[in-house]
Amino acid sequence: MSAMAGAYDWLTTGANWQGEKGVWHRLAEHLYFSGVTLLVSCLIALPLALWLGHIGKGGGLAVNVSNAGRAVPTLGVLVVLTLTPLGRHGDLPTFIALVLFAVPPLLTNAYIGMREVDRSVVEAARGMGMSGGQVFRRVELPLAYPMVMTGVRSAAVQVIATATLAAMAGKGGLGRIITAGFNLQDTPQVVAGAVLVAVLALLVEGVLVGVGRVLNPMRGRSAAAR
Amino acid sequence: MSSPNCMVTNEWVCGEYLRSRRQELVDAVVQHIGITAAAVVIGVLIAFPLALLARHRPAFAGPVLGLTTVLYTIPSLAMFSLLLPLFGLSASLVVTGLVLYSLTILVRNTLAGLQAVPEEAREAARGMGYGPVRLLWEVELPLALPALLAGVRIATVSTVALTTVGAIIDYGGLGTLILDGLDSDFKAQVLTASVLCVLLAVAADLLLLALQRWLTPWTRASSRAPRIRRRTTQKAAQTA
Repeated sequence: MSAMAGAYDWLTTGANWQGEKGVWHRLAEHLYFSGVTLLVSCLIALPLALWLGHIGKGGGLAVNVSNAGRAVPTLGVLVVLTLTPLGRHGDLPTFIALVLFAVPPLLTNAYIGMREVDRSVVEAARGMGMSGGQVFRRVELPLAYPMVMTGVRSAAVQVIATATLAAMAGKGGLGRIITAGFNLQDTPQVVAGAVLVAVLALLVEGVLVGVGRVLNPMRGRSAAAR
Repeated sequence: MSSPNCMVTNEWVCGEYLRSRRQELVDAVVQHIGITAAAVVIGVLIAFPLALLARHRPAFAGPVLGLTTVLYTIPSLAMFSLLLPLFGLSASLVVTGLVLYSLTILVRNTLAGLQAVPEEAREAARGMGYGPVRLLWEVELPLALPALLAGVRIATVSTVALTTVGAIIDYGGLGTLILDGLDSDFKAQVLTASVLCVLLAVAADLLLLALQRWLTPWTRASSRAPRIRRRTTQKAAQTA
């Protein structure tokens, strides 16, 4: 408990929030890493998964990619990329390693979401004369949407937690508060860093729940139907 | 680019490195396997009673699943740092952290497997006079085994990858070589250790897949089952 009290003291000390190594700067770096990673990963994974789900092919691929993704050590990828010429381009290794980490679960969740759409509903839509594109936009996408967004949220939480590894390769982010505390044998600072990452993950999860509600294509539909 | 010089010129792929540092690599792989195996075995031993508890007392299911999910959001780096005051610099620290992570997947899959056991199978066993222990051991466990082993496979593969983060306290198996290689700009060591880590995960997955096939031979036969059933129903239709 003394570590928790110490962490509280650390977090309420204004000096720890200021400057190059302060919380604000590390938080900004962390959000930058996680945000760009999530955006790029979604742009890569979602169109591919939704298309594969729509045509009903590549299921083995979508699931195997996710399994293979788990086997890749993010730390290893990060360090290998840092030592390549890419390492001279600042944060590029961090982005590539994190995108490789985030794409597989996004791909699998979105694909499964598409395939779990009730086939009889899709058949009915076809029977009503909807084209492939109409079925996709007006039937499959709205019904798969909750599962796709669940995948995006869990990917966001995991990317925020994993972005701390950037610190081990000498990059920025909230992980630096943890590694610095570790090197100084300052447990309160380590706890403070972990709490900051966990709070950030929870906040982002909450924000994404809200964004998901606003963007939900079924919003207001069920009420109107009644 | 002759092989003895590749250590000097810092090549990515270096045969001389594999030869001269063989012992170091073997030690790292052995440590990696040891940490991973210990974590998964302990994880299963903890997850199974938790899943049983969650199934028999549904009031526990929410908190158990919630707690193990929250554990998963703690950054691995922080987890290892936070356990430091409890364990000191030791392999048991890394194992403990990895056990906590594996619980998320293991509890979820074991519980799903147990819940998927058909109520009819349970009723039939009870009707035949099976007690709760024999019911669990001879009916529920075999039926839940495919889901349980699927969980073990996922947990093992992710644990192999996560073990590398243990490098922060010098007990990361191949991860320690990766991090040392970064500090000394030693490309062959970083690439070799990373590739070995992936190979280890793939090997573990294939090994567990073989174990799964061996332990649950009936799941293989099931792909042929629908055809047989169709034939019998056709025959039934003909006779009718």
